[in-house]
Amino acid sequence: MSNLQVRKRLLVTEDIFHEGGPFAASPLRRGAALAVIENPFAGRYEPEIAWFMEDLRPLGLDMAENLAEALGGAAKIEGYGKATLVGADGELEHGALWHAPGGYAMREVLSGTKAIVPSSKKVGAMGARLDVPITHINASYVRSHFDAIEVGLNDAPRGGEMLLALAMTTGPRIHNRAGGLAAQDITGEDGLR
Amino acid sequence: MSMKIRKTAVFVEDTLQEGGREISPPTCKAVAVAVIENPYAGQYVEDLTPLMDIGAELGAMLGHRAVAALGIRPEDVESYGKAAMVGEDGELEHAAALLHPKMGAPLRKEVKKGAALVPSSKKRGGPGQDLDVPLGHKDAAYVRSHFDGIEVRMNDAPRRNEILVAIAVTDSGRPLPRVGGLKHGEAEGIDGLR
Repeated sequence: MSNLQVRKRLLVTEDIFHEGGPFAASPLRRGAALAVIENPFAGRYEPEIAWFMEDLRPLGLDMAENLAEALGGAAKIEGYGKATLVGADGELEHGALWHAPGGYAMREVLSGTKAIVPSSKKVGAMGARLDVPITHINASYVRSHFDAIEVGLNDAPRGGEMLLALAMTTGPRIHNRAGGLAAQDITGEDGLR
Repeated sequence: MSMKIRKTAVFVEDTLQEGGREISPPTCKAVAVAVIENPYAGQYVEDLTPLMDIGAELGAMLGHRAVAALGIRPEDVESYGKAAMVGEDGELEHAAALLHPKMGAPLRKEVKKGAALVPSSKKRGGPGQDLDVPLGHKDAAYVRSHFDGIEVRMNDAPRRNEILVAIAVTDSGRPLPRVGGLKHGEAEGIDGLR
């Protein structure tokens, strides 16, 4: 039986038209899916925790599907990232349980992307903000796609909870002009370039 | 004057548990936000009509987006609210011009009816500041289960010459209402109060 208990979900989408420069005809879309779940290991040291990743898999898939759909469909997605905010009665290591189910869910929904999913994690109180790093889905060095989205909820995570996040974007930063590897120049085989 | 939008955002929040109890179906709230340039930042202007017209446009646009994000029919919206946060170089009156004269009518079209006053709030603030959007029943302001609110926040807005405008809608009241008062099912929804 699954030990997964979801208290809350949040889906955020942003459309960015400009940031002081020219208006974009089609805005950059950036979004995040969040779930607030009970941390089954809160309040104690538990040596064996890896089994919980299996429970998180369906949630990860559900979040990745909803997020891709909210941003216009999997074919539009060019950047991704993930992060965890662990409530104060938990351990940083509990946040690491999201790596596999969160990352592989996005790879599955986005049809086998090549690049590692960038991530971040921390322990924090209710209302703490979480910066989710974002990079290109097939080549981590694509400089125009280095991005991030800040997320959070005023009433989460409680001490015994974890806030899990997935993030996606539909393209480069709106006025990207800092050079580096361009998306059209990647080979997209090793996940880096 | 046409409005200049820098960014828009939509937040959809579903509550599946509250106080340790399952909420089935979940209570869902959506907030649609626009970050616009404040054409009057840094100056005193007597006639705010252009901002009032922008308020009408935003009422339709944000109202439509928030309802669409919940995936429900307009008539199934149960509560609503609006708020604006004016960046550092603007005036509270700029928020008032957006929110009060003309936003209500186009918003009400998006939620079908809307006999009740749209509860509102305004303040001056900077990027990353919290804005609490008050919520009330859309047809009968005294429905106690639907007195609520939702916090919205954008880390990069409003900049000093911007205004952040938010419209919130819900498909329900609070998750576990039990403080009495007029109930959703008892409201007549004619005078906007009961």
